[in-house]
Amino acid sequence: MRNPFRSEAEAYRLVWLTIGYFVLIVAGSLINVWLGFIVFVVETAVVLWLVFSRRSDEPPPPQVESARTREDERRILVVANETVGGRELLECIERKSAGVAEKVLVVCPALNSPLRHWVSDEDGARAAAQVRLDSSVASMRAMGIEATGQIGDGDPLQAIEDAVRTFSPDEVVVSTHPEGRSHWLERGVVERARERFHVPLTHVVVDLEAGDRSSSS
Amino acid sequence: MSAAAEAHGHGHGGEHPPPIHYSSRVSPAILGMFLFIASEVMLFGSFFTVYFFDRVVANPSEWPPPPFELPIFVAFVNTCILVTSSFTMHWATTAIKRGNRAGLQAGLVLTFMMGLTFLLTQAIEYHRLGFNTGDGAFASTFFGLTGLHGGHVFVGLSILFVMVIRSFRGHFTPDHHHGIEIAGIYWHFVDIMWIIVYVTVYLL
Repeated sequence: MRNPFRSEAEAYRLVWLTIGYFVLIVAGSLINVWLGFIVFVVETAVVLWLVFSRRSDEPPPPQVESARTREDERRILVVANETVGGRELLECIERKSAGVAEKVLVVCPALNSPLRHWVSDEDGARAAAQVRLDSSVASMRAMGIEATGQIGDGDPLQAIEDAVRTFSPDEVVVSTHPEGRSHWLERGVVERARERFHVPLTHVVVDLEAGDRSSSS
Repeated sequence: MSAAAEAHGHGHGGEHPPPIHYSSRVSPAILGMFLFIASEVMLFGSFFTVYFFDRVVANPSEWPPPPFELPIFVAFVNTCILVTSSFTMHWATTAIKRGNRAGLQAGLVLTFMMGLTFLLTQAIEYHRLGFNTGDGAFASTFFGLTGLHGGHVFVGLSILFVMVIRSFRGHFTPDHHHGIEIAGIYWHFVDIMWIIVYVTVYLL
């Protein structure tokens, strides 16, 4: 949802939209009270629809062209949370890094409850994400991959958008739990990311439970 | 850790706050504005709730209930004045963005004068209404809602007054006019709230 009081110009526009909104309601009410009520309901429904559907119409974020140090450099943006240290993900990154001068940025969204997010109590979520991130980046470096990491926004799409702006990736790798256990898949994060960002996107499924079973057996 | 950083850390016993972190989704400024609007909506919402509760429970054949009468035309003129002041406020902001300092000053002075006219007209209207806050639920809710808005206009005028002085002292430039921007947002918010108050209390 976009803040209508983001700037003076937008607030000024809202003044005129408010006038238009109420002029129609008053005009309807002068003809018939119930007509005024219907106008109110219809207008309010339209406004709510416009407010909550606006995000999907947003254009993809502009990419910042950052200087590349080598001709064959390939920038890979990895977005993962609990699966960030998963075997399948590491293997995928290793495959993609073969034969190119890879530069991998691992972004770990700091998942948090909505209440904690809005009261800015994100320290716990970020600390947990940092632990996973450090472990994953260390694993990649041990495999000879040039990797860096950063904590991202709790919303994975926003985390991708932030990283796309600053990192200019050639491709994005999103790692999730398998279908049925993944909140991101349930929310359609992968599909929405493919629609929104004009960068090739690979979806890697990491089954941590299978990994635990095999390691324990 | 560098020597300076180490000294800083030891100087505060290692209890300094953690570094600020936020994403582009909700920046502190926007979050602050959201919280401000949310608190204002709740404040006005509580007054509107009382107003509509009174109106539904009393359920008179006509509104306002006799013998109360509201000066709809005077309030309409006042509404026009306030809406026009939003226009001059926008003019002032646009002017400083273009480096037109005279436009900024003229816009702010006009906005301030119109806001003051609105408030004085409302005070005179209160005096001539013929009823007071203690004359029943309708009178209480009427004065509560319009008075709450009047209080906001007063705050807006105070902000504008400071902005007028600062504009004449040359504090604002096309690149640095954050105070004007914030004052403008607040003034437009007050204007929007009045439109809602006027329509619900005087017209519907």
